[in-house]
Amino acid sequence: MTRLLGKTAGGLFWMFRLLERSENTARLLDAGFRIALTRSDAAQDEWNSILTTTGTQDIYFRNHERVDGKLVINFLLRDKTNPSSVLSTIEAARNNARAVRASLTREVWEATNIAWITLQEALSKPVRERELPAVLNAIRKHSSLVRGTMHGTMIRNDIFDFSRIGSFLERADNTARILDVKYYVLLPTASYMGSSLDNVQWETILSSVSAVRSYRWVHEGKISAPSIAHFLILDTRMPRSLAFCYGKIEDNLGYLTRDYGICYESHRMVNSISRSLNIDSIDVVFENGLHEFLSNFLGQNTALGMQIEEDFRFYE
Amino acid sequence: MPLHTQYYDEMFGHGEEVRPPYANYHDWVNAENLPRLKKKSSEAENYFHSTGITFNVYGNEDATERLIPFDIVPRILSSAEWSLLVRGIKQRVRAINAFIYDIYHRQEILRSGRIPVSLISRNKAFVPQMIGFDPPGGVYTHIVGIDIVRTGENEFMVLEDNARTPSGVSYMLENRETMMQLFPELFSRNHVRRVSDYPKNLRISLEACAPPACTGPPVVVILTPGIHNSAYFEHSFLADQMGVELVEGSDLKVTDGRIGMRTTRGLFPIDVLYRRVDDDFLDPLTFNPDSLLGTPGIMDVYRSGGITLANAPGTGISDDKSVYSYMPEIIEFYTGEKALLENVPTWRCSEADALVYVLDHLDELVVKEVHGSGGYGMLVGPTASKKDLKSFSAKLKKYPENYIAQPTLALSTVPVLTRAGLAPRHVDLRPFVQVSPNGISICPGGLTRVALKKSSLVVNSSQGGGTKDTWVLA
Repeated sequence: MTRLLGKTAGGLFWMFRLLERSENTARLLDAGFRIALTRSDAAQDEWNSILTTTGTQDIYFRNHERVDGKLVINFLLRDKTNPSSVLSTIEAARNNARAVRASLTREVWEATNIAWITLQEALSKPVRERELPAVLNAIRKHSSLVRGTMHGTMIRNDIFDFSRIGSFLERADNTARILDVKYYVLLPTASYMGSSLDNVQWETILSSVSAVRSYRWVHEGKISAPSIAHFLILDTRMPRSLAFCYGKIEDNLGYLTRDYGICYESHRMVNSISRSLNIDSIDVVFENGLHEFLSNFLGQNTALGMQIEEDFRFYE
Repeated sequence: MPLHTQYYDEMFGHGEEVRPPYANYHDWVNAENLPRLKKKSSEAENYFHSTGITFNVYGNEDATERLIPFDIVPRILSSAEWSLLVRGIKQRVRAINAFIYDIYHRQEILRSGRIPVSLISRNKAFVPQMIGFDPPGGVYTHIVGIDIVRTGENEFMVLEDNARTPSGVSYMLENRETMMQLFPELFSRNHVRRVSDYPKNLRISLEACAPPACTGPPVVVILTPGIHNSAYFEHSFLADQMGVELVEGSDLKVTDGRIGMRTTRGLFPIDVLYRRVDDDFLDPLTFNPDSLLGTPGIMDVYRSGGITLANAPGTGISDDKSVYSYMPEIIEFYTGEKALLENVPTWRCSEADALVYVLDHLDELVVKEVHGSGGYGMLVGPTASKKDLKSFSAKLKKYPENYIAQPTLALSTVPVLTRAGLAPRHVDLRPFVQVSPNGISICPGGLTRVALKKSSLVVNSSQGGGTKDTWVLA
């Protein structure tokens, strides 16, 4: 088995985290834009919560005085001062890809490079409202292409493991943040309110993780707060749920442990986090407090990322 | 098509007859139409963009990545022409290795008086740490690029030897790949020899030079100065194609008399370092103490047999332009044969008579800096302005030993695709040579550089040159 540089493992990990992040940002924008078009009264709140979810409020208010849809859209899509903007993340992902080029198949590299070339062009000028759906589509399409080449062409070794771990750590972080920003609309008491605003919020949560359709399949159209929380936290079939992401991280860290013949601290951590997600009923989560559960999870997820960086000598 | 008949054209010679190696291609291109060729040309550009075959431009804030222009008309060499080149290049490369060995050992050639001592004693590329040291496998120049120009039927000359870290091989490989994507039909009509084995062969040839301390299968890695280096694409491309790791100085560390790379599982010893950094940036303890790029202590490990450096440090003494002017003597001294490939006639301005001649004929000559490269700091007499001639002549008088001069060569041309159709442009050729204890081999092909500006003789990419796919027919 060949030896992988710690720096390369780190490059792969971050390349895929960043690609995942750009896709997630696009998805959030899509959900926000939908609200702005259909419920202008709720739009302002929605843009605010998107800024909170992406953790970019501080940077946003450095250059903007108020929250405005057009400004937020461009800030999240193409602002270079925002390290989480689609343009920043895709560029950083591509730079990482360049640095680890020799660990990627030609197909993965080219898909990443073309994504960067295309999106850089599409985001070179401010994006107008009428262009937004096409731009968001392009982001989704290019992420899918990279993912597709990855699955179709990469050998399943440590290179693949680090890439996957990066994707799923980022995805879990994203889903948990979306839920945490809106945890109050998911509290069981909220269901009793039964207001139409909550319905919109629930739909938005689902659409920001591309889960409207799959939720309908599973729950046959009956929408309720606890079942949404269950779906996005505990359902192991839902590819953006916390349990699903952790199942994958556990698998890939497990392969690394097996291949390297060493038991890592990060592996122990992921097992423990996984266990906390391996429960049947969401009621336990609500009993202990949804918000507490999510912020605890986010902290553990970050800690796991750091432990992986240390265990596998990314920056040594 | 219009023709500068004063120059030898590789497709048409001096006349209108199509030369045999191009016959097949000529039939094909005549049956094509200009719009389709132009469309193919822009497809080629897209292809290069998406594969990321770029070079970084220095001094640019955004570190812009640029494409080297690619021309879709291949440069074609017959099998007989190629054999001629192969024999001459092998002889030359054998002599270069013998010369470097001699210079770092008994210095017989200096003792014999065949070349002046000052050529070496004043040479900045001389590395004292190499004195008396035998590199693993006896190889100094694992990879050499010999720049060849052509002036007529079977008239090939060596313009320059690149014995340090020659670049451009990724273009040889990617130009071919691009041509096969664009014009698969051409490759079923012509028996073009394969270049795609180059990375695999290079790996085998480097493995054959493993150091004494290597016990298992040799671990080869490529050392790059980093992602901002202008040739970074090539470094990562080669690492990918050879199936080896790409490292920077900071990924390496001296450990127990070996060089270890920092892997996900700790330090792992490496055996052969194909380094794409200059001597100066290899080891701050030995060379440039200000360099942050190098690995402290690597030279000690090298000297004690813990690692192979390819190319060996100090090979630069064989490829500056004043040493070049002695290559015919050097070849004869070490091989006992006359040089099969001629040198371009060269005036060494350090010699008083030569300087007088050069100053008198400046407007006819090409003047180059002895240590220069990349087409920088050179004067092309016939196209230079009065002002340039004057200021260059002042420089020559002040530092004559820094310059050599050569006649303006009637470089051969090969057609390129222009907006108006095919038109001749000047070319040169860099074949890539691999040296291992098992022998010298040359990949059948090379990098053809082409001056895209009409009548320009400067083919360097930094000066507006492009590249072509180079075919060697079976």
